[in-house]
Amino acid sequence: MEDLKIELKGKIIEVLNLEDITIEDIQDNDPLFGDGLGLDSIDALELIVLMDKDYGIKLSDPKEGRSIFQSVETMATYIAANRTK
Amino acid sequence: MEQHKYSISKWCTVSDETVSRLDQVVFEGEKGDFAAFAKAYYKANEIDYPKFFKMDALSKLAFIGSECLLMDEEFEKPSSDIALLFSNASSSLDTDLKHCESIVEKESFYPSPAVFVYTLANICLAEVSIKHKLQSENTFFVSPRFDIDLMYAQASYILETNRAKQVLCAWVEYLEGTYQFFGYMVSPYKQGEVEHTRENIKNIYKR
Amino acid sequence: MKKVYITSTSCLSSVGADKHLTWQGIQEGQSGIKKVRQLGFIEDIYAGQIADEVIDTQWNKLNISGVFTRLEKMLIIALKPLIDQNKPTDTSQLILATTKGNINDLANTGAKGANINDMIQRIADLFGFKTTPIVVCNACVSGILAVSVGKRMIQMGVCEDAYVIAGDELTPFVVSGFNSFQAMSDEPCKPFDANRKGVTLGEATAAVHLSANRLEGDTVFEVIGEASIADANHISGPSRTGEGLYQSIQGALRESGITAEQIDLVSAHGTATNYNDEMESIAFDRCELASVPTHSLKGYFGHTLGAAGLLELVVVIESMLHNQLVVSKGYEVSGVSRPLNIITTPSELSLNIALKTASGFGGSNTALLIAKRN
Repeated sequence: MEDLKIELKGKIIEVLNLEDITIEDIQDNDPLFGDGLGLDSIDALELIVLMDKDYGIKLSDPKEGRSIFQSVETMATYIAANRTK
Repeated sequence: MEQHKYSISKWCTVSDETVSRLDQVVFEGEKGDFAAFAKAYYKANEIDYPKFFKMDALSKLAFIGSECLLMDEEFEKPSSDIALLFSNASSSLDTDLKHCESIVEKESFYPSPAVFVYTLANICLAEVSIKHKLQSENTFFVSPRFDIDLMYAQASYILETNRAKQVLCAWVEYLEGTYQFFGYMVSPYKQGEVEHTRENIKNIYKR
Repeated sequence: MKKVYITSTSCLSSVGADKHLTWQGIQEGQSGIKKVRQLGFIEDIYAGQIADEVIDTQWNKLNISGVFTRLEKMLIIALKPLIDQNKPTDTSQLILATTKGNINDLANTGAKGANINDMIQRIADLFGFKTTPIVVCNACVSGILAVSVGKRMIQMGVCEDAYVIAGDELTPFVVSGFNSFQAMSDEPCKPFDANRKGVTLGEATAAVHLSANRLEGDTVFEVIGEASIADANHISGPSRTGEGLYQSIQGALRESGITAEQIDLVSAHGTATNYNDEMESIAFDRCELASVPTHSLKGYFGHTLGAAGLLELVVVIESMLHNQLVVSKGYEVSGVSRPLNIITTPSELSLNIALKTASGFGGSNTALLIAKRN
């Protein structure tokens, strides 16, 4: 699980082009949206693509995404339980 | 219609990893890499705008050129006083090619929304209006070359009809690593400034 | 300032192969939206697609030789009737509105084949235009923004008349992108409805002739006001307060010198996404347009992108000529927070002034006011 979280942080930084942010800067429970990393609606859509491409998880309901993308912790928990690759 | 006098109050070019303002070089980056140059410009000018790194190359180019022309303008935000007229030859083709790559093979069919949004040329203009909170008149044109007659007529209309007090006109071209920004501000005439005429635009563009 | 009139109109849509067939189809409540089996790797979507046979049939009637892409043929089919009515003069301006041009050729021919300038020049040469064509590429407002641009060129004295054409194709490029935005409806779109599920995409071409001169006795449509103000808010999401659209409508009203209560018809953008339709309802309400008969025409054509504004303007003009309100197809129960008078039954009403709006990616908005002149 720890490895998955680190992997996920790296991917989030890369895919969302988070400049000057390192894996160490992101805490497991930091909120990803709003005040946290300041992600926006396009970033949320990009995370949906990431879930599909890297973990074989298809999310078609953006509302579903909202609870999953709260933090790295919630994302990792969901991926661990639902991944197909 | 009463004809007012306007001036080309300032101009800026960005090409070959060099930013020039009023024909003076104000920033030079390392040659050969636009992305590195864009980042270096951002850092050197201490711009605090993380969204910059999410932009495609065309938007980064428009952002840098516009920053150079707008950074010393003082106005209340949001403002309708500065209109934007942008144009280029290749529309958003540079990013179109990226999106296209992501949809050709079924096995790697993962189109990216963050790429797709930039497959519209006017997004680079939108990035500038968002950064400077310009709730103003705006149009993006595509033409094979910088169309001075078109820009002159459209900018003049906006000013003569009081839809804005100034117009930022720009050529913002980026395709596969080759790029050019040429922008100028059209403002109410002040003594000693270059008058807004087609001939003067041509002269400045040629320099 | 010179007065500028729309003197003739034309279109090619998924509802009908020309303007008259399109108007007739709309009167009969037909929609061009059908299930499309496959577009690229996206399967079973609803879209307003024009059958290749329809384009071929129309094209063959024109007897034009030369090699043209599918979209170029579609544009020429829409433009030809206007050329037949008024031959371009040496100063006539050709203006194209498109978001993606020949983007379908990108995979085959690379950047060169998708060059929009080459495409419009081929059309300009075909009809003997002497001036440099203008291309407006401003997302989904392009179609009506091109009318504003043409009007301004005439008012600045650059030309006496302008041929405005708009077109975009339904392509795997665009469909895959909208799909990645999770913006597509799995049923025909329902603008402003409580059960709307998003956009249905479509394709079309349309054309209007703008002129400073009008023939005595002809009914024409004067462009009495227009404005295009950016939200300056977000590159893909519309403003929550409808600020840019509100300012655009106010700007158009200011130029025209009329008040909101003089408007007889509002032809909204109405893409049927949650955010867009809600934003429009707020902007219309702020402009005191809540009681004016309002429709979105996306239920007939789908969202035809750069063509949308101009195609819908052509239908609005038919609607005004016939004094016939067009039903907002797909609408049953209001799904926006502000009151709107959405048209649900076809009825006759004297239509003299109409507002056409569009909004698009980049937070772009355009409002255009036209008035019938007999």
